Amino acid sequence: MAAANPAIDHDAHDDHDHKPQGFLHRWLFTTNHKDIGTLYLVFSLLMFFVGGTMAMIIRAELFKPGMQLVQPEFFNEMTSMHALIMIFGAVMPAFVGLGNWMIPLMIGAPDMALPRMNNWSFWILPFAFFLLISEIWMPGGGPQGGWTMYPPLSLEGGTNVAFMIFAVHLMGISSIMGAINIIATILNMRAPGMDLLKMPVFVWSWLITAFLLIAVMPVLAGAVTMLLTDKFFGTSFFNAAGGGDPVMFQHIFWFFGHPEVYIMILPAFGIVSEIIPTFSRKPIFGYQAMVYAIASIAFLSFIVWAHHMFSVGMPLGGELYFMYATMLIAIPTGVKVFNWVSTMWGGSMTFETPMLFAIAFVILFTIGGFSGVMCAIVPADFQYQDTYFVVAHFHYVLVTGAVFAIMASTYYWLPKWCGNMYSERWGKIHFWSSVISVNVLFFPQHFLGLAGMPRRIPDYNVAFADFNMISSIGGFWFGASQLIFVGVVIHAVYFSKNRATTQVWEGAHGLEWTVPSPAPHHTFTVPPVIRDDALAHGDVTH
Amino acid sequence: MISSGVLRACRAFAVLALLASGTAFANPQPWQLNMAPGATSISQRIHGVHMLAFWVCVAIGVVVFGAMIVAMVRFRKSKGAVAAKWSHNTTMEVIWTVVPIIILVVMAWPATKLLVDMAEAKGSDMTIKITGYQWKWRYEYVDYFNKPSSVNFISSLDAESNKARQLGSGIDPRSIKDGDYPSYLLNVDKPLVLPVGVKVRFVITADDVIHAWWVPSLGWKQDAIPGIINDNWTQIDQPGVYRGQCAELCGKDHGFMPIVVKAVPKAEFEKWLAEQEAAKAAEQAGATAQATPAPAAQG
Repeated sequence: MAAANPAIDHDAHDDHDHKPQGFLHRWLFTTNHKDIGTLYLVFSLLMFFVGGTMAMIIRAELFKPGMQLVQPEFFNEMTSMHALIMIFGAVMPAFVGLGNWMIPLMIGAPDMALPRMNNWSFWILPFAFFLLISEIWMPGGGPQGGWTMYPPLSLEGGTNVAFMIFAVHLMGISSIMGAINIIATILNMRAPGMDLLKMPVFVWSWLITAFLLIAVMPVLAGAVTMLLTDKFFGTSFFNAAGGGDPVMFQHIFWFFGHPEVYIMILPAFGIVSEIIPTFSRKPIFGYQAMVYAIASIAFLSFIVWAHHMFSVGMPLGGELYFMYATMLIAIPTGVKVFNWVSTMWGGSMTFETPMLFAIAFVILFTIGGFSGVMCAIVPADFQYQDTYFVVAHFHYVLVTGAVFAIMASTYYWLPKWCGNMYSERWGKIHFWSSVISVNVLFFPQHFLGLAGMPRRIPDYNVAFADFNMISSIGGFWFGASQLIFVGVVIHAVYFSKNRATTQVWEGAHGLEWTVPSPAPHHTFTVPPVIRDDALAHGDVTH
Repeated sequence: MISSGVLRACRAFAVLALLASGTAFANPQPWQLNMAPGATSISQRIHGVHMLAFWVCVAIGVVVFGAMIVAMVRFRKSKGAVAAKWSHNTTMEVIWTVVPIIILVVMAWPATKLLVDMAEAKGSDMTIKITGYQWKWRYEYVDYFNKPSSVNFISSLDAESNKARQLGSGIDPRSIKDGDYPSYLLNVDKPLVLPVGVKVRFVITADDVIHAWWVPSLGWKQDAIPGIINDNWTQIDQPGVYRGQCAELCGKDHGFMPIVVKAVPKAEFEKWLAEQEAAKAAEQAGATAQATPAPAAQG
């Protein structure tokens, strides 16, 4: 395949000439989409472990009833920071990193459209998280009002309020620039013949996600700026005593927050839609339906925000509307799940690690979707709201959803990135260890919530003791399992002797599998000639 | 010997079944798996829509995951499966778009009716004003059958739990009991006393930050928001002690501001309210008596 394409041979020759020499020059000043993608991915893995350490502290305190390890203030700091770091530091940068690496390769572009801005949008992030994490060592500690920052509680902090808000601003700027770059790349830099409806589903999912980001990150910036002026400049946007409305913050926040949830899952849908066809050796079922389903989910995400606030005291009409609108999301999401199952049906499947993670994603994300539909039922949500049932729900969609998809994609594309195969044996050990422990960790939390345990509490009644202990054991086990992941990646990059082929996987289709492994520093400097049958989704009649 | 073993197994199974169905208990129990139906007709209907949604999800799960398992068993390359070429089937796609819509309507219908009924707070015979503070609740008995009341008090975490919950207190949380119930962090110094069989309207607000008033046995939680007054209502069918907690993060002691509702028969409640009124009047008389001599001394 590579030999048939003179452009790629040309790239391969250029490889050694164009890679910048010197560590700083290569990484700090880089404008190369692959290097920036690597930076994003390494950074997100680091943040995954920082946020994970906080989760370990939370689960350790909740191991048994009574306060054993930390003060409630510190516990609240851990829950707030864990969420901020996992959302903005781990999951989102991981997807941006994957987008950076793979979108140009998948559409036959030489690089991102705006390479210098690409560098800037990454290098903002370490500073943003330095601001955020350094608060832990400041007088008064870090934010303790939850990642949702609801006033008046969030304004009870001291200087940490300003640090948190500026950190959020920086993360927002980084995300917006990343999104602009991705849209500009996809709309302008596709190789001739790569029509929009021939693009891989992953590219489609990122195009739609990028529009969501541009639409809602400024809304978050506005909300936190109003918090800032309420705190330091005497305004009363959210202060009832000054004529403001604390509930208005929640409406604005969740107008950002619900699309944000889909920002963290749509690229995962894209990834799984690449992996399942590859290992089923069968084209994705209903390609166009998949694209339209993602677009529908993105549209619906803008009109369902108040389902996070059913207990806030909305009028009957509002609650009914948000219930119906939220339930509608089940339909395009159902289409996606049915299409993944249909892709597997009639295939010729093998079960390498990426496929295992993708299958676990479909099953466990669907379980998270089930509890999501249950939460949409307003009267039932009067019970579920702010309990461990909700904690279980969003960890099923975010950990076994988004994080599992990121792991699946790492195993899937790692051979293309580093040129070596990872250890299939250790990949599978990592998978089974993770998939069992994650269920030990989160499934009992459904029971805790239904039995009446509120979320964000550092201590609980003895009736909740047994399932909390099981959940904590699962948590420590899941946390330890991720060390295997790091080991597998380091081994593959530096020590593996098993060279990857150009196509890597027998059933893989698409432009990224036509460049050599590892992908040379510059690829597609001359646009590739696109043959429909070489594409992952060549047949556009479907 | 064998029969006693069987008996024990049966008993264990019965307990598990009760736990799973959630019928037996009003307050959280060890190994509880499901929502309890609660103490009001509304909470029982909420339990109903919850179970409906649950079984619908189970049914869909069986179909979808079943199909996945069959696919994974039948269409393995190692068993010589050859990949089919099709990637489209309009009939199937129409079916799995339309059928979920019907299922959603089936779930939404009873939920809508219930929500409409829950919104109907008219016809209450008693009003309680609840105010959330960091980290306690104030209950004001506003009126009872059109008769205004001056009874009001603060309700906060009981002293025993409060002592045990300090970091490194060394007190076993299991040793703290209210009667037979292990009440660690679910007990207060002064519970909210309510009459059984009377429709009670709550007006709920907060003084500092947002809290949420939640007693699972009543079926709902309602945010207590400074500057805003929310309302909700309940009518408790069975006398009993119903425990709950603040459900909205409200600062460091968010986990330590429980709620206890003590539902008693109407006659007993009226007696209690009269006693509280009398105590309040005596207290006020005392305060007036203390205040009166002051101007006299000046004069």
